[in-house]
Amino acid sequence: MASLIGFYSLIFGLCVSFLIIFFSIKNFKNSHIFDKKIISFTFLQFFLVIVSFLGLILSFVHSDFSNQTVFNHSHTTKPLFYKISGTWGNHEGSLLLWLLVLTLFIFLFLLKSKNQSKKYRILTLLFQQIIIIGFFIFVIKTSNPFNYIFPVPKEGLGLNPILQDPALAIHPPILYLGYVGTSIIFSSTLAATSLNYISKEWAKHIKQWILISWIFLTLGILLGSIWAYYELGWGGFWFWDPVENVSLMPWLALTSLLHCILVLEKRLVLTSWVVVLSISTFTLSMCGTFLVRSGILNSVHTFANDPERGLFILIFLFCLVFLSLFIFFFFHKTQNKDSNSFFWLSKETSILINNWFMIYFLSVVLIGTTYPIFLEVISSEKISVGPPFYNKLIIPFLIPFLLAMAIGPKLNWIKSDLKKKFYLILFLIISLLLSVIIIKSLNINFLVNTILVTSAFYLFFITLRDFFIKGFKNLSQNLTHFGFSLLILSILFNNIFSTEIITNLKIGETFKTDKYKIIFENIEQKDEQNFKAIIGKFNIENSDGKTEILKPELRIYNQPTIVTSEADIKTNFLVDKFITMNLVQNQDYFNIRYQIKPFMLWIWFSVLLISFGGLISLFKKKYEV
Amino acid sequence: MYGRKVKLRFFFIILILLTLILSTFLILRSLEENVVYFQSPSEIKVISEINKKKIRIGGMVKVDSISMATKEIKFIITDFKNEINVIYSGVVPNLFTEGKGVVAEGYLKDKNFFLATKILAKHDENYMPPEVKAALEEK
Repeated sequence: MASLIGFYSLIFGLCVSFLIIFFSIKNFKNSHIFDKKIISFTFLQFFLVIVSFLGLILSFVHSDFSNQTVFNHSHTTKPLFYKISGTWGNHEGSLLLWLLVLTLFIFLFLLKSKNQSKKYRILTLLFQQIIIIGFFIFVIKTSNPFNYIFPVPKEGLGLNPILQDPALAIHPPILYLGYVGTSIIFSSTLAATSLNYISKEWAKHIKQWILISWIFLTLGILLGSIWAYYELGWGGFWFWDPVENVSLMPWLALTSLLHCILVLEKRLVLTSWVVVLSISTFTLSMCGTFLVRSGILNSVHTFANDPERGLFILIFLFCLVFLSLFIFFFFHKTQNKDSNSFFWLSKETSILINNWFMIYFLSVVLIGTTYPIFLEVISSEKISVGPPFYNKLIIPFLIPFLLAMAIGPKLNWIKSDLKKKFYLILFLIISLLLSVIIIKSLNINFLVNTILVTSAFYLFFITLRDFFIKGFKNLSQNLTHFGFSLLILSILFNNIFSTEIITNLKIGETFKTDKYKIIFENIEQKDEQNFKAIIGKFNIENSDGKTEILKPELRIYNQPTIVTSEADIKTNFLVDKFITMNLVQNQDYFNIRYQIKPFMLWIWFSVLLISFGGLISLFKKKYEV
Repeated sequence: MYGRKVKLRFFFIILILLTLILSTFLILRSLEENVVYFQSPSEIKVISEINKKKIRIGGMVKVDSISMATKEIKFIITDFKNEINVIYSGVVPNLFTEGKGVVAEGYLKDKNFFLATKILAKHDENYMPPEVKAALEEK
């Protein structure tokens, strides 16, 4: 029943789209007053999608296995929380979520943009409706979440156990708010370009939307990364896996867009940058969906999927890109030249430098992610691109990037000089000395590490200084830059100090190195609602005699029958102790991995700081320089 | 003489072009060095010389072939036509099971022995890496 209602509200939702388009076009031509009808219809559409979404949730809660999506991804013994989160833990449901966020954002946009010009609002609505219609058709045609199966199965196939996790329950909605939020930026930029509406006021208004997407995207990536850390048992925070990369690419584009819009708001320059970045951010978000959903990505994350869907998104994507490029080339007018110029040493230049670096990072990630696909099409050779590629191409360029991030905000608009900025050099010397001392005491590659740590420390100290001198002035920018320096520092030290031991042990055996002693004491079994747990007990002795007990788990889920391992992580302020245990079929040995990962907490914390900076900027009434 | 502005613009265009060429060159070179090729056991059998580069081998874990010790795991990857012995010390993913698909990354010792440095995990029991699927379909 719930499925039926859900399906019909989807169809009605699509019909409302055409009504909205009809009234918008009529309104666009005739009257000067914004028609109340349009807002009501937009709300109606949003409401219908909510009903449809609730219908799907209800089907999941009731375990209504006549619904194919529920049958494929749910099971009666699954805890209620995961029944609900299973709604968006699969392809069909997650696309319905896309649609929900799409309609939510356009509705909010119409409510929030009342002081903007009528034509601009209507045109934005029209562009957004094109995207919405595309997704409606996509959902209904290729991935209908309400397909009926007969005869009705007694039991479902169950949700992939590694998705049964609190972090992954909220990860998709948050990430999607970021992904789909870029659609509103895309539509309104296209609208503003075609109406020649780009102005400082427009920048101010669209900045809010960019910030919202950016914050959610940052948090979404963070959540996914934390999940991968403890659930997949790889013991790291980033693996350069294609699925991770496709979320990083829109983030990079969005971050540089955020910087551009700040310039636009102040100085009305870099308009072309803003337009191009808006288009590419949304395109990259769509590409992300396409690559993940089509199954052409060769990723260890890939879930089984269907090429027809990929083809649809690809065609749709091409149409959108074509449309936006058409608008960009034919309607976009560059601003008059006088206000356009700025001296080479100025805030504008530093933001441009920032942009070029971002674009460079973006293209590295893009090439690394898509090159294997192209090569396979062209030469049918199968390859994969691993972390060394990214490390080699990105890490060296982080150095000038960090330095520019430290110095850039200190410069003035239009023209700047370095008088009275001796502290910039002073801090550089301090950071250099500090990192030489630290790196010297360790036995590692001296030159590279010293330069990297120096530049990270430099940004760290410069932003730290600003907290004391400027206080709350420019807090958001300072906080995000500070967070970024903290992130890079934590990552560097995490890399330098991480150690791991991998071994195979039988119950009762002990593994010894000169620093640690790992004693595998025993295992016990426990029955839970939908899995059996085997809990190992490990006693880990430090060289100085301290012992710690860690209890990693193996979970054998009943439906589908999958074994997952739950890491046991002892976290404290400085260091994470991380142990996983794996069972190999028909063997007495357990595969044990013990890792010591310093500063993990700081990595998560600094990303939180970065997004918190964005949040402050969002709620700050007046932007100060 | 050209004006200052024109000169400046010219200079900028040259600069941008140079960076573009340089970065393309950089990216392509690192790609060359860092890509990992995928091969099936049958493809390994017919290669003429042992390359020192890292490769990936995919196929099925042969039934009854896993043997474990404290330091290492030995098993056989098969594509039902040819097979290769793998020696591995490291983390094994949970879906690593006899009779199921596997992708191992590492270095070839000779045509029959492979030293794996990594075994790749998958998220989905129904999922088979596209390479394994293709390799198995070819037989």
